Amino acid sequence: MTDIEKTIEIEVMRYHPEQDASPVFKTYRIPYASDQSVLQGLQYIKDYIDGTLSFRWSCRMAICGSCGVMINNQPKLSCKTFLRDYYPGKIRVEALQHLPIERDLVIDATDFINKLESIKPYIVPREARSLEQGEYLQTPEQLARYEQFSSCINCMLCYAACPQYGLKPEFTGPGVLALLHRYNADSRDGARADRMQIVNAEEGVWGCTLVGYCSEVCPKQVDPAAAVNRNKVNSTLDYFLRFLMPGGGESG
Amino acid sequence: MMKRSNEPVFWSLFGAGGVVAAFLLPMLIFITGIALPLGILPPEALAYDRIHSFASGWPGKLFLLAVISLPLWQSAHRIFLSLHDLGIHRGREFCRWLCYGTALLGTLIPLILLIRI
Ligand code: SF4
Ligand code: FES
Repeated sequence: MTDIEKTIEIEVMRYHPEQDASPVFKTYRIPYASDQSVLQGLQYIKDYIDGTLSFRWSCRMAICGSCGVMINNQPKLSCKTFLRDYYPGKIRVEALQHLPIERDLVIDATDFINKLESIKPYIVPREARSLEQGEYLQTPEQLARYEQFSSCINCMLCYAACPQYGLKPEFTGPGVLALLHRYNADSRDGARADRMQIVNAEEGVWGCTLVGYCSEVCPKQVDPAAAVNRNKVNSTLDYFLRFLMPGGGESG
Repeated sequence: MMKRSNEPVFWSLFGAGGVVAAFLLPMLIFITGIALPLGILPPEALAYDRIHSFASGWPGKLFLLAVISLPLWQSAHRIFLSLHDLGIHRGREFCRWLCYGTALLGTLIPLILLIRI
């Protein structure tokens, strides 16, 4: 058989909160091609079978972070996951776990965005520099300290993977803590003391029980679990040092 | 402002216990459970007098306390967190006291016994 004659079944979660009491699954049969992504499969359904299907996407190249869904129960970017990885089996697509659903595969990211804003996800200059003084220079070593954590694309796959976030939504969560570390570890930044208050809280790194699945599902190899673990060390130092240092530790 | 967590106390004990459990316990199990019974080490190696004098000095007391107590804190913490991971929330405070209470007892009893040697 050529690819043209082959088909594959996609089972998609459908949910319209205004009308449906709970999500239901609908199965669609679509043409199979080995180079097609699951996102393209969803687009085929929307264009040719059922125009009411809702899902998010933008870049189609694993950089915008908007196409995250559960594929056969695992959090994945639908543009980076291919039909060939499941063929001839069936594919089951659901909205990301642990997040409220707006409609079908579209989740409500408000909680994530609020948490992201709370950590000051930008460099607060350690020292003010005038234009004449030129740019802030960094050594390769200083860059290496945060570079990996700056690759986060806010896709929230790690939130769907994190059992702690599922149990306690107050938990700041892997992705935001990884980004927090990205700024705290930057030699140009001066807002570490503010961010440490979030790190030190139960809702900060201490909400993590080191399951590690977040790092497994991350499509950008950010390794949020490593960021969280490193900040458990930072928080522990901060906890005990405040008794030794007059005026308290760096975050009082 | 978010409240500072007291987890660093338990996490430090957990971490220290993990190191002891990973590096020292296998060696101790080998010595006491395998090497001595099989005669790889001479029986005098752990003779009462030797161990008694070891446990009489402060470095010995500290060592014994560490290998007994710290792995208990490690296990207590891991078990308590795993209950949460498994979604078992009933009797959470009771479990907390049971886990950390066992570790605390396993610290205080050897501590008193060691001091009295
Ligand atoms: S850490 Fe990885 S999985 Fe989590 S939001 Fe960032 S890119 Fe996505
Ligand atoms: S569409 Fe942008 S990451 Fe998948």
